Amino acid sequence: MDKLINEFSFGLFFWMLLIFILLVILLRKFAWKPILEAIETREDGIKGALDSAEKAKLEMLNLQSDNEKLLQEARAERESMMKEAREIKSKMVSDAKEEAQAEANKIIANAQIAIESEKKAAVAELKDQVASLSLEIATKVVKDELSNSDKQLKLVKDLLNDATLN
Amino acid sequence: MQKKTLTRLLSVFLFVVSFNMTAEVTTEGEGSKDLKTEIKEYISHHLLDSYDFNLYSHDDENGEHQYIGFPLPVIIYDDGLKVFSSSKLKHDKGVAEVDGNYYKSYHGKLYKTNAAGELTYDEDHHPEGRIHADFSITKNVFTILVVSLLIFLMFSNMAKHYKKGPMPKGFGRALEPIILYIRNDIAIPNIGEKKYKRYMPYLLTVFFFVWIINLLGLTPLGINVTNNIAVTLGLALITYLLTTFTANKNYWKHVFWMPGVPWPMKIILAPIELLGTIIKPFSLMIRLYANITAGHIVLMSIIGLMFIFENWLGSSLSFLLAFALSLLELLVAALQAYIFTMLSALYFGAAVEEHHDAH
Repeated sequence: MDKLINEFSFGLFFWMLLIFILLVILLRKFAWKPILEAIETREDGIKGALDSAEKAKLEMLNLQSDNEKLLQEARAERESMMKEAREIKSKMVSDAKEEAQAEANKIIANAQIAIESEKKAAVAELKDQVASLSLEIATKVVKDELSNSDKQLKLVKDLLNDATLN
Repeated sequence: MQKKTLTRLLSVFLFVVSFNMTAEVTTEGEGSKDLKTEIKEYISHHLLDSYDFNLYSHDDENGEHQYIGFPLPVIIYDDGLKVFSSSKLKHDKGVAEVDGNYYKSYHGKLYKTNAAGELTYDEDHHPEGRIHADFSITKNVFTILVVSLLIFLMFSNMAKHYKKGPMPKGFGRALEPIILYIRNDIAIPNIGEKKYKRYMPYLLTVFFFVWIINLLGLTPLGINVTNNIAVTLGLALITYLLTTFTANKNYWKHVFWMPGVPWPMKIILAPIELLGTIIKPFSLMIRLYANITAGHIVLMSIIGLMFIFENWLGSSLSFLLAFALSLLELLVAALQAYIFTMLSALYFGAAVEEHHDAH
């Protein structure tokens, strides 16, 4: 200890303190501050870049799921459209069928009516023709019969009977 | 670390013992004692500060001791400011005459003497007439200046590169991981995320300063700064002052009125804690000083052994040992810088620690 105290040099201590404190102050201004700030800025930059990369990744994932959703929606829409189209098609077909049926029915009904009226007309004509024929025949018969007065009378009688019956 | 210091001192002790043993064995050789004394003197001289920057010395063919180096200015205050070149002191051998006063350097200190340069001793065998107001630019002061300049140029240059881009260039690439290490593994864990920034300039400066100056001590230039108690005191004092002046209420409360213990204990603990605030930086001072001093003594002694053995087996073994120790000292140079920084951060952390309910 005695040796230590004896060896102690106040001048060296003085210069040491002076130079060292000066060195700390100068280095703080010209070296440590800019260096540490640059390192911090760089670290913040790296951290920011990593964060934004992570964010971008998440966004990508979101986008992907969005795409998937859109695709699914489109698929569902297509499906429903197809279904609708199919329904419309079948409805149209059945409608057409029904209409055709109705039309056919109508045509058939009309035809039946026409046939009926034609039949009636034909029957009427037949009746007329039968009447005229029968008249002719009658005329010829009458002409023949009238040569005999008895027969004439009898004929009239018979005719009258027949007429009432008819 | 105390253990390490202890190991060091123990190895020094062992060495000194073995040194004396070999001294007894080899006394028959003429001049071997002279060699040993010379080595001893050389080591003790190396550990001391000196007034001139002396790289090495040798005896020329005329038997005169030649010094290779350059003189430095001596600045003293003794009846007025006196400045003169250390070449006047002639490596402790001459007497410098300045304004009618005579000065002589002896073991790295300056004394006022008579014209003949005779030193008078007191009863403790200390020379009298020491000049205390000695502000000379000694070898250590000069080295501190050079290292400070070097550190300043190194890091201000590194800072310039950051203005151009986010990545360091050149040597800065090697330095940045160390800066990051000090920030992430020393400052932030010990001081805390919120307050560490305030201490970063000091922690970084002290780490690089101690490390580089320790490394310079391992070069063959014979520079030895951190084994000087005045230097380590300076560093420890700054740590102490920073701790004391930035401490918060919580820190002083823990020192003077320890919460959570009964009041008689508080009274007993207060002086102990108060003493602790001084012992902490004191241990910083002693640790750095003792480790570097011990390292230098052991290393130089083993190098000296090579010359004492003077046979191929002993000398080559000494060489191997010196080589291994040099590698160890390389580690110690960084380790001591790390420990000084780490413990300073720890003390700062205690000073600014926020109040916890757990106490």
